[in-house]
Amino acid sequence: MSFLYTDSLRKEFGGVIAVSDVDFKVEKGSITGLIGPNGAGKTTLFNNITGLDTPTEGCVFFKGMDITNLASYKITRLGIARTFQNIRLFKEMTVFENVMIGRHFKGTHPHLTKNSFINAFLGLIYVKKEEKDIYENSLKWLKFLGLENLHSELAKNLPYGKQRGLEIARALATEPELLFLDEPAAGMNPFETDELMKLIKKIKNLGITIVLIEHDMKLVMNICDNITVLNYGKKIAEGNPKEIQNNPLVIEAYLGKSE
Amino acid sequence: MINFILLLVIYIGIYSILSLSLNLIAGYTGLLSLCHAAFFGIGAYTTAILMTGAKLDFWSAMLISGVISSLFGILIGLPTLRLKGDYLAIATLGFGEIVRNLMINWDSLTRGPMGINNIPSPNILGFKLIPSQKWQYVILVWLFVIIIFFILNRIMHSRFGRALSAINDDEIAALAMGINTTKYKIISFSIGAFFAGIAGSLFAVFNQSVSPNTFDFMLSIMILCMVVLGGMGNYLAVIVGTVIIVTAGELPRLLGFSNVIPPQTNQILFGLILVLMMIYRPQGILGRKRLDFGKIIQNSIKKEV
Amino acid sequence: MSLFNISIQELAQHLINGLTLGGIYALIALGYTMVYGVLKFINFAHGEILMLGTYCGLFVFNSLKTNSSNPIIIFAFFIVAMLIAMIFSAMLGIIIEKIAYRPLRKAPRLAPLLSAIGVSIILMNLSAVLFGTKSKKFDYPFDNTALNFLGISITPHQILIMIVCIILMVLLKVFVDFTKLGKATRATSENQKVASLMGINVDFMISLTFAIGSALACCAGILIALEYKVYPTMGTMAGLKAFIAAVVGGIGNITGAMLGGLILGLLETFGVVILGIPQGLKDTIAFSVLIIILLIKPSGILGKNVREKV
Repeated sequence: MSFLYTDSLRKEFGGVIAVSDVDFKVEKGSITGLIGPNGAGKTTLFNNITGLDTPTEGCVFFKGMDITNLASYKITRLGIARTFQNIRLFKEMTVFENVMIGRHFKGTHPHLTKNSFINAFLGLIYVKKEEKDIYENSLKWLKFLGLENLHSELAKNLPYGKQRGLEIARALATEPELLFLDEPAAGMNPFETDELMKLIKKIKNLGITIVLIEHDMKLVMNICDNITVLNYGKKIAEGNPKEIQNNPLVIEAYLGKSE
Repeated sequence: MINFILLLVIYIGIYSILSLSLNLIAGYTGLLSLCHAAFFGIGAYTTAILMTGAKLDFWSAMLISGVISSLFGILIGLPTLRLKGDYLAIATLGFGEIVRNLMINWDSLTRGPMGINNIPSPNILGFKLIPSQKWQYVILVWLFVIIIFFILNRIMHSRFGRALSAINDDEIAALAMGINTTKYKIISFSIGAFFAGIAGSLFAVFNQSVSPNTFDFMLSIMILCMVVLGGMGNYLAVIVGTVIIVTAGELPRLLGFSNVIPPQTNQILFGLILVLMMIYRPQGILGRKRLDFGKIIQNSIKKEV
Repeated sequence: MSLFNISIQELAQHLINGLTLGGIYALIALGYTMVYGVLKFINFAHGEILMLGTYCGLFVFNSLKTNSSNPIIIFAFFIVAMLIAMIFSAMLGIIIEKIAYRPLRKAPRLAPLLSAIGVSIILMNLSAVLFGTKSKKFDYPFDNTALNFLGISITPHQILIMIVCIILMVLLKVFVDFTKLGKATRATSENQKVASLMGINVDFMISLTFAIGSALACCAGILIALEYKVYPTMGTMAGLKAFIAAVVGGIGNITGAMLGGLILGLLETFGVVILGIPQGLKDTIAFSVLIIILLIKPSGILGKNVREKV
């Protein structure tokens, strides 16, 4: 059984079928690419898996557990983190605070973390310990992304590429087992894309399974173990990069049919 | 004269509690609530009813007032907190009006438009406060201001407060970070309502009477003005805003001009403050305070080297 | 009184009262909905524009009225006063948008709302200073003895209200649906950026929206003033209820605003009569309706679900 899979997932928006009975699967420890022309339903599929949207029909299973109608924050707590296509940082907060939010539900005293409001109220010792843990962990992830020197900048003041990096750091701070990246290379120059490629491999080496939506074919073909192709909401192909490159349906979807 | 200044200090204290608690809801969590006067009123009325009818002592009445306000906060919060910005504003405004309507019309409980009079002065550890001795109330009220300031500050510097800021900034991203946004918004709302209820309780025993028209929409707006003027999301700034607005409101009386200047001048001033602040300085006169983690980070970087 | 021992005549009577009230709500609600359509924010000062427009109409009418005693000419004066007041309100709406809202078009969502609340308070209190808090009365332009049809009484005012409401709503609907300018308004509320790329002057369209909404509100204010009085806070409650009507119908939707207004008017009238809600708690009905509709269908009866793109 796959690490994560969807069972004929379907999403309709008032009659428009955005995702049509897709069986999408992700193997543990792999990098899975999700590609397809614009409007193919890739982000919609992401949203339905991560709970920001609920599927019209079909199910999502993660580690054998049905997570279909679970609230988004609960899914994150189960170990699925994500980034967003149009970067959603906490713009008015500092770089460091952004990563700290990622540590929100983690703590050395998980059972006490639940009542964080009461704790804050009382200012107990373990709250301080926990805060220290949050500082150290957040710093660890900042360093992982090479952002530690920007810690006190407001997120909105970072250059575009760094913002993408911060979003990844923030997602990693939740210590996910599965990381969804929505177009991480969008707007990057070739040099930055190369850096990103190295970063993704580094994340994989931490034992984190990765799913990415990407239009940069060089990146996708280079680092993905498996690729799934969507077109008009339907899955038209899946396989390793080589199979996908030679699949006539995929070529047709991207280049159009040759007469 | 000195009595008047003491009176001013007491009012500034009571309003500070209101603006501090609204700052938690509107400034930090980003929920524009227009019913803070209603929570204030619910607190005041609860204390009035409990102390005159049930002859309860001040401390119990105050605690119950806070809890009841807070429950009302949850009651209004559950259905409306899913709403975005302006919808929430209108829904809370409606709630505030309903509460005031009930105060006016529920004669058997609230004694209608006349309100409740002869609320006994509080008895604190065997020491009965005397209404004419204003300094006693100054101490009582400001003791609460300091405690509440401390508590709210603590909350904001905690993980809980950080989550509220995150919700304010981007709710969807906050969800994706594992934050139960609905729960946090409701808790924020109920804490704010709780402290507004406490302020109401203090107001009731100081003023010794309560009547429905004190707790109208304009009061909610005035509290909002204090928050906006000082700076949303900065507790110290909000107190500065409160001092300015309350003093400006009382200035004509202080200078003996109250016969010349029409009573509406205050409200016109509030309106101008809202418009001008939004256009020229939306962050308030003092702006938003930001936690600086720079030192902590620098230290831990050093340690490793 | 309950639903079961109410006579057909009484029912029809309340229906008429409810519809006239609803018609007025609908007129005001149109302004909220149109502004929300283009700017995605609630023009809190809408009720105060209504109030100032009504004062304007009152002053113009009172000064014209003394020139004649012929009821037909007085009625003509009334219509003239109404038109002048509508133009005045339209200009007021445009000016308010220019001063208080335009600088905030790119600001966070709460900013224009707070600014609008500020404008509303300024206007309300300024007119209290200028005109006094004592309420003024429109001297009736014509005889208002109730007419009787089969035991149902209708006052000429109610007839006038209905006629004016119907005319204005039809005109607006025709304007929005069939004229080029109307099409441009719809395009602007659909997507400002694209509309401006298509050569539509977005600033002008926004001003136009404010002008139309304000004029309609002023008209509603004068119609209210026929039955009730003119005072500085008259716009607040009327404005709030009309806003609720707009939400009930589906904010941003013009037909929805009309429908919502009528529904709210009927609910208020029948709520008092049939459910026995005390007169003092009448205002509670509208706010309860608001909270209920927001719970069941936040987009309103005719509104589309607007989804935030992630």
